[in-house]
Amino acid sequence: MELQKRNPIVNWIIKSKALGILFFVIIGALAVFKLGQSLIDNPSLFLQQVINGLQLGFVYALIALGYTMVYGIVRLINFAHGDVFMVGAFSSYYAIARFNLHLWVVALFPGVPVFAGQIIGTFTVIIFSMLICALLSFTIERIAYKPLRNAPRISALITAIGISFFLEYFSALKFVFSSNYITYKRPFDVKTWFVGPGGFGMIETGIAPPKGSIIFSNIFIIIVITSILLLFLLQYIVRRTKIGKAMRTVAYDKPTARLMGINVDAVISITFAIGAALAGAAGVLYSIAFSQVFFFMGITPGLKAFVAAVLGGIGSIPGAFIGALIMGQAETMAAAYISTPMRDAIAFSILIIVLLVRPKGIMGEITSEKV
Amino acid sequence: MKHFKSNTLLFILGSVLVFAVIQVLISTGILNAFWGTILRLAGVMAIVSLGLNLIYGFNGQFSLGQFGFYAIGAYTAADITYRWTQLHNALGLSVILFAGLLVGAAIMAIGVLVGKMRGLDTLSAFAIYLGGVLVAVLIAIRIGILTSAPVTALLATLPENIALTIVYLFAVLLGGIIAAEISFLFGLPIFTLGSDYFGIATLGFTIIIKVLLDNSDTMFGFEEMKGARGMIGIPKITTWFWVFFFLFFTVVVIRNLLNSSYGRAIVSIREDETAATAMGINVAYYKNITFVIGSLFAGLAGGLYAHINGFLHPNTFSFIKSFDPLIIVVFGGLGSVTGTVAASFGWALVLEGVLRLVLPEGFETWRFVVYPVLLLVMMLLKPAGLFGNFEIPFIRAVIPPLKKKDEAVNSASSKEAA
Repeated sequence: MELQKRNPIVNWIIKSKALGILFFVIIGALAVFKLGQSLIDNPSLFLQQVINGLQLGFVYALIALGYTMVYGIVRLINFAHGDVFMVGAFSSYYAIARFNLHLWVVALFPGVPVFAGQIIGTFTVIIFSMLICALLSFTIERIAYKPLRNAPRISALITAIGISFFLEYFSALKFVFSSNYITYKRPFDVKTWFVGPGGFGMIETGIAPPKGSIIFSNIFIIIVITSILLLFLLQYIVRRTKIGKAMRTVAYDKPTARLMGINVDAVISITFAIGAALAGAAGVLYSIAFSQVFFFMGITPGLKAFVAAVLGGIGSIPGAFIGALIMGQAETMAAAYISTPMRDAIAFSILIIVLLVRPKGIMGEITSEKV
Repeated sequence: MKHFKSNTLLFILGSVLVFAVIQVLISTGILNAFWGTILRLAGVMAIVSLGLNLIYGFNGQFSLGQFGFYAIGAYTAADITYRWTQLHNALGLSVILFAGLLVGAAIMAIGVLVGKMRGLDTLSAFAIYLGGVLVAVLIAIRIGILTSAPVTALLATLPENIALTIVYLFAVLLGGIIAAEISFLFGLPIFTLGSDYFGIATLGFTIIIKVLLDNSDTMFGFEEMKGARGMIGIPKITTWFWVFFFLFFTVVVIRNLLNSSYGRAIVSIREDETAATAMGINVAYYKNITFVIGSLFAGLAGGLYAHINGFLHPNTFSFIKSFDPLIIVVFGGLGSVTGTVAASFGWALVLEGVLRLVLPEGFETWRFVVYPVLLLVMMLLKPAGLFGNFEIPFIRAVIPPLKKKDEAVNSASSKEAA
């Protein structure tokens, strides 16, 4: 009866959800307008930002994978993950600055070309950090999370926060990593190239590249290659190996997995270790890119990667990857065209808006397989 | 006296006794300024945590946004008193007073309107509310600027002390009201998300507020807030009396709320959302009202906090610190008012007081190394919190018992997992 009395315009508004859609259309149009304007104004600057965003996005992706795997398997937001990333960065710093781990090829086989030796050395450092982080995360899981497996979920969350505090402030002690900003020595020589209307070539020191060209360095190439390699490795482990199958099973249904003879605790520990290894690799790549390490460095990238994981649909591996790429783009675009100090706020605004449209994240419901 | 039960009488007597003893200790100087500040901070933290306990412990909404509303309350209140004491005008007071009133009126009016449009989706409703609130704020700013001079003149006729106290009380209350109104707007669309996603969105809110405060002077023109340099020059007028008064008020309000039909609806949503809906409870409405009340307390506490040290910095409301109320609530026992109050006092006394004194010279930085270890050990030994379900008799009488010791606090989240 009430429906008949209503004004037809009001009825239409309610039926079509016009106002809510209008709200999003306005926000989306503003963003598209701003980005389009920037692209037309200065295409090379815009593409340069895309490159920078990709570099950041691939690092975030590696961290986000750890968040998403752990959440998928034990439903825990592992707040200590960002600090594991920090430990990864520091262990690579010590491996390079104190033990010259990146020079082992050159030292053992003097005939090897310098460049090849450096690349192999860099990968050695990355693998070293991955091992350290995997070990650390394995220990954390055994000490702090395993005893609480049957306790309310919030207890494990509080423990995760506690572990995060502990790693941060313990690292800040003088005899551990100290509370200073430390300059990071890159394990290879940085080379930069330009590409654009002026052609393609290497940038020599002291000579400016032609106007309107895009600059990228071997840092970018190493980050992208390492991330993609690790992503494929992870996909292989999850999809093709026995342990991956076990992980998917445990994520799907723990009690049944146990009945099928799967050692659930071991699988969970391995998941933590794999996630942490990826974070360790991300720590090395991040420090190579920004050439600086300090004890709080895990908080912001960790948070961004977490946002990326949620944005992509937490629990989904491709989702984490897509979310991280979006996050990287959003951060560089926001810093370049809106305001540098506001970029954290913009990252979270994007998250909230995306969650309103897709409450389980971008890939949240499409992928049925969750790890 | 006939209407008072003995529990109530005992509670009031006990509160007055506790207040009086500490007040005497502070006045006579047995508790020095250091411990006085810690006690006030503990009281403020107790109010924030009680707000969170209402949202998370009693209604089952996993919120990490409490410190965002705390920050809003703190900066709102600080701005009002700063303008009164340093700039000698009531511009802040009158603008924010009218903003609080008009926005409240607008929300209620739109609430009636939206209530008539049955079947309206949440986002459209949010868009209507947002538009209405923006209009109300613009009008409030105009009225506030116009009435600023007469309000200043009126307050100037009063003795200085009384005028300052009036401005201070208005500031604290308005801090709470503004925080509550913002929480209403923010909560409206967010409640459609699942429990963990709700937590993440509210965490995002805290971080957005922190970033906005970092840039408050350069981007938003609030020169007096000084952005990331920290706001100074706020009068230090929060005494133990005011902290205790507001803490008492909070406990009584929460107790009475839980005793009402609202409280039973709130707790029933924690126990089982589907069953609550089946019983005819408007889940979205009660979730929102709980969130608003919890945020109101956070805002009040923020107003009190701003006037303790006379200094505010956005880093106080950072990502790391925003876990403090959650830690306190879980520590004290989810859904235990007594536990929350005890835990916040214990937390502040141990972390700020005892650890500072116990650690030897040169080991000050170990404070935050010992704290997480304590946290870990406590969590491993008592996962259900220090007090679990324990309540003092005054509150115990009204709270429905938890369904099962561990499962109930977790029911909202485990449902999603299943």
